[in-house]
Amino acid sequence: MKKSRKSTFFIVLALIIGLTFCAFFGIDDYYGDKRLLYIKGANDIRWGIDIQGGVEAVFTPEIEIDDITEQDMQAARQVIENRLMIENITDYEIFVDDENCQVIVRFPWKEGESEFDPQKAVDSLGATQMLTFRDSNGKVWLKGSDDIDSAEPGFVNNGHVVVLHLTNAGRAKFYEATKANVGKTLSIYMDDSTISSPTVQEAINSNEAYITLGDGASSDDATYLAQQINAGSLPFAMSASESSLQIVTPTLGTEALNVMLIAGAIALALICILMIARYRLPGIVASIALIGQVAGMIAAISGFFPGVSSFTLTIPGIAGMILSIGIGVDCNVIASERIMDEFKKGKTIDGAINAGFKNSFSAILDGNVTVIIVSIVLMGAFGSPDSLMAKLLSPFMSLFSSSITGSIYSFGYTLLMGVVFNFLMGVISTRLMLKSISRFKCMRKPQFYGGAKNEK
Amino acid sequence: MKNKSFHFVKNLRISLIVYAAIICIALVVGIVFGVDLDITFKGGSRFTYTYSGEINIQEAEKLVEDTIGKDVVLTQSSAMSGAATQKLYISLVNDESLEGEIQQKITDTLTTKYKDNSVKLGDSKTVSPTIAGSFFKKALFAVALAAALVVIYVGIRFKKIGGVSAAMTAFAALILDILVAFAACVIFRLQIDSNFMAVVLTILGYSLNDTIVIYDRIRENKRVLSGGNLEEVVDTSITQVMRRTIITTVTTFMAILTVFVVSEICGLTTLRTFTIPMAFGIISGSVSSMCVSGPLWVRWCNWKQKHDDAKAMSKKKSNKKSTGKKKSKKR
Repeated sequence: MKKSRKSTFFIVLALIIGLTFCAFFGIDDYYGDKRLLYIKGANDIRWGIDIQGGVEAVFTPEIEIDDITEQDMQAARQVIENRLMIENITDYEIFVDDENCQVIVRFPWKEGESEFDPQKAVDSLGATQMLTFRDSNGKVWLKGSDDIDSAEPGFVNNGHVVVLHLTNAGRAKFYEATKANVGKTLSIYMDDSTISSPTVQEAINSNEAYITLGDGASSDDATYLAQQINAGSLPFAMSASESSLQIVTPTLGTEALNVMLIAGAIALALICILMIARYRLPGIVASIALIGQVAGMIAAISGFFPGVSSFTLTIPGIAGMILSIGIGVDCNVIASERIMDEFKKGKTIDGAINAGFKNSFSAILDGNVTVIIVSIVLMGAFGSPDSLMAKLLSPFMSLFSSSITGSIYSFGYTLLMGVVFNFLMGVISTRLMLKSISRFKCMRKPQFYGGAKNEK
Repeated sequence: MKNKSFHFVKNLRISLIVYAAIICIALVVGIVFGVDLDITFKGGSRFTYTYSGEINIQEAEKLVEDTIGKDVVLTQSSAMSGAATQKLYISLVNDESLEGEIQQKITDTLTTKYKDNSVKLGDSKTVSPTIAGSFFKKALFAVALAAALVVIYVGIRFKKIGGVSAAMTAFAALILDILVAFAACVIFRLQIDSNFMAVVLTILGYSLNDTIVIYDRIRENKRVLSGGNLEEVVDTSITQVMRRTIITTVTTFMAILTVFVVSEICGLTTLRTFTIPMAFGIISGSVSSMCVSGPLWVRWCNWKQKHDDAKAMSKKKSNKKSTGKKKSKKR
């Protein structure tokens, strides 16, 4: 058996402290007023409407409302909801008013919002744009979701492409458009800005068409363009007039956030005290791992890296995180109890620690796999229909009208991240730290591990 | 195994009676007072009022609730560009037929209480129960699918101790835990809202985890004490992991209790629909894994054993009657 090194403990400890510091405080730099963000801290989490309030916007169609059906309104709602999910805004409210053909949306302010300008917040969603295909003379050939069904990123002939799926009406129009424009560009517009200008190679008469991206394009570019096309395929152009914008006052306020932070700190402290009182040295190691787990969860929610958008955290979300602290020590409890049992059987320190971890692993693994299954089902059933998990579940879920419910989706995400960090911290880090620390002479007393004092 | 173990298997009946009693109480309370469903599940109305000046939302919410005797949610918003009028949204669960009457009541209350704020009714919208209902159905289906997949996983992983029987008894314990959480909501007159969904999903993972730890020990002990009586093996296994179950329950319960106490002290009552059913679900999760799933599994195995024995016996008899050769071939 490989003996662990004494230094391992300090390396793991330093990594956990580093992660904790970054996850809570972030790393940034100021150039004058401009903030350069390297790592996102807890302050860069987008708080829910209940904590920091948000914006309410009423989207109204720009065409005569007589032509609009209930299905159109539901489709419009889907597109806007999808847009919110792409931005990881998971705490929102969305209602459709069929009578007046309006979609009413409420969503929280962006993290670190300082201007509180609702117009800007709504613009940043970019949910209301109308997708059109125009030729070089500006003639509009295809328009909105009547013609364009969906788009997805793909990889064809060693190059990244976006696969366009056209409706039957769109197919005929696309054929006409490509026939008339061979050798010329057919640009894709979001309202009045070009998002892509592919050149037509030949007339295409098919429900599927490829937009070939240039040589330098990456798969991210293809994904981004596909997302833009999907988000822009509203059945008709909609807009939120300035007069319809409202600022939503937080229902609970930042005070509630402070209350939850206090509750979280107390719960963490109580659990650490209990663990140390019962398990001694393994308890101390478990407490360190637990702090690392909390830090990991915060990093997973804030996005950690500047480019990744933050998930929305609400008061019940924080309550769930605090609960996960209590559940998270379970793997340490299982392993530590096993180590104590092994001591009672008269094993040595190394023998007890090794056997304890080995025998406890299968129970911990099975418990975690069940939670992973639950979280994948939730993310698939309630997430954006374009996500991988949703596709896995589509045979079951196609029985129901597609619906996106941000709060349940983000609950699934938090569960999944909880398991990942539970495994990383509670299982792997704990094992590394405990095995390493037990190499120190001064730590080689059975009573430090919950064994009896008189044993040698 | 000289340690004294508790008789979980023998006392299965008592555990089941306790669970049945809790569910019966909830059933009675539910029938007498009704179950309070949130607008997300049942549909209802949203009224918009405009006003000027300042109105304390919490106070207004309490006032409206006292007037109509129902839970309502008040949200406030102010127009940008610093306009003088502000908006107040009231959403509540109700029947469409009563909408006019309730709206009148609320309007009267608000206009008399806040005379100086020129409160006016803006518009009222009906949140259709069909959309709310389809969400509810989908949520139920997702929970059922997750539960089914997890139970299948348990069945595969614990093939050694019977697979199907282990999975079904784990599932039975899970259902009891969800029922207890639901019963807590009904008995404490809490609204069933999206928080309750979160509770059910958390308990789904938590309860199974507790059962899995016990099954894991049964699997291990069955290997070691292969000759032993099944009832003894299960009782010993549960007793061995009891300390772990208790400590994890204590840490989890402590976490949720801290949230409950701190938020109650600070007047954050909206979390009750999360903390109270969760606390009961967690306790039930541990109790049911010790007192129901394991013991029930023993009963199942014993019953099956008897059943198989009986079958074999009757076969033997019929075989004896017909031909002796067939029997020897089988052996």
